[in-house]
Amino acid sequence: MCITCGCDDAKPRINGGELLNGRQFDAVHLPAHFHHHDKPSATRNLRIERDILDSNKKYAAENRRRLLLHNILALNLVSSPGSGKTQLLTRSIEDLRHEVAIAVIEGDQQTSNDAERIRATGVAAVQINTGKGCHLDAHMVGHAMDRLVLAADSILFIENVGNLVCPAAFDLGEAHKVVILSVTEGEDKPLKYPDMFQAADLMLLNKIDLLPYVDFNMSICINNAKRVNPDIEVLPVSATRGHGLTDWYRWLAACRSQKQRLGEQYVSSLAGQD
Amino acid sequence: MHEMSLCQSILEIIENQACTLGFHKVIAVRLEIGKFASVELAALRFGFSAASKGSMAEGARLDIIETPGQAWCLDCRKSVVLQQRLAPCPVCGGDLLRVSGGMELQVKELEVV
Repeated sequence: MCITCGCDDAKPRINGGELLNGRQFDAVHLPAHFHHHDKPSATRNLRIERDILDSNKKYAAENRRRLLLHNILALNLVSSPGSGKTQLLTRSIEDLRHEVAIAVIEGDQQTSNDAERIRATGVAAVQINTGKGCHLDAHMVGHAMDRLVLAADSILFIENVGNLVCPAAFDLGEAHKVVILSVTEGEDKPLKYPDMFQAADLMLLNKIDLLPYVDFNMSICINNAKRVNPDIEVLPVSATRGHGLTDWYRWLAACRSQKQRLGEQYVSSLAGQD
Repeated sequence: MHEMSLCQSILEIIENQACTLGFHKVIAVRLEIGKFASVELAALRFGFSAASKGSMAEGARLDIIETPGQAWCLDCRKSVVLQQRLAPCPVCGGDLLRVSGGMELQVKELEVV
């Protein structure tokens, strides 16, 4: 939706097709003329206590439930445009696809370029085009999940729209947000965009092969990230040269075994309810 | 950020509550917006007045309570109030702070007829 005037003339699309206009999760259509029955004219205060982003949270919870049921590790990859997200993803897929099933959801305003790059590796990818939208939301991701065969014990990478601001606020149902920052972007990026670095559990510091050519201090950058989020983990990598990728894959494996335990607990709890 | 989209969501909440709770006009909407929620309050007010035209919330007053920014300081092990997102701990001056509050975006109450 256009954030300037609220117009909805550029609806999100999945794989080039139309997406149903996102309605609130439990939307009830109000008739054009609402007839009340002899209500008193005095005002009254109604306690509501409802999150404004409640609708997205409900969709995200449903996505999370589906993923947990099949023990799928979903990661929401966020960054500014040009950080090397897609390159990192294609390299990771090439290295891991014979050990673990992988599927990808791609988010961009326009084109299916990134989904096509992923499909070239032999892995399924669904492209969401947000039109004028600047982030993926849980409703879009739920529909994209419908288009994928979600294999048990697999990894679902969700590559968000390149944007260091808006995706921070939108839970997609993922296990973790992973922020990718490249050394060509400046070591103060975490301070400039604190919401995103606070929301992420892992920062991949990409393009470290370019360190000799840029004025970038890695320690200062990591300190800045920790100032914003003391719990964030940091892994320096190079998607093109392969530096640091073993540690990234080790982090993925640790997340998967943790997910395995959570998934088993969830499935047992469902069995216990029968 | 996304103030217009937030206003649309507020109006959807109002529509749903009107159906369930039975009212036809909104006089005031009380919102709780956290200090660190990245919402520009002037833009929110403007967006609400534009988005609510023609609805049962047209002309409704927006009462906004801004909740303080809070964090847990890992150095002095205390919960502290932060005036700014990147401010150091007001107690010990440390800069290892885990944000714990101030991100709220909630419709608290509606004053209705």
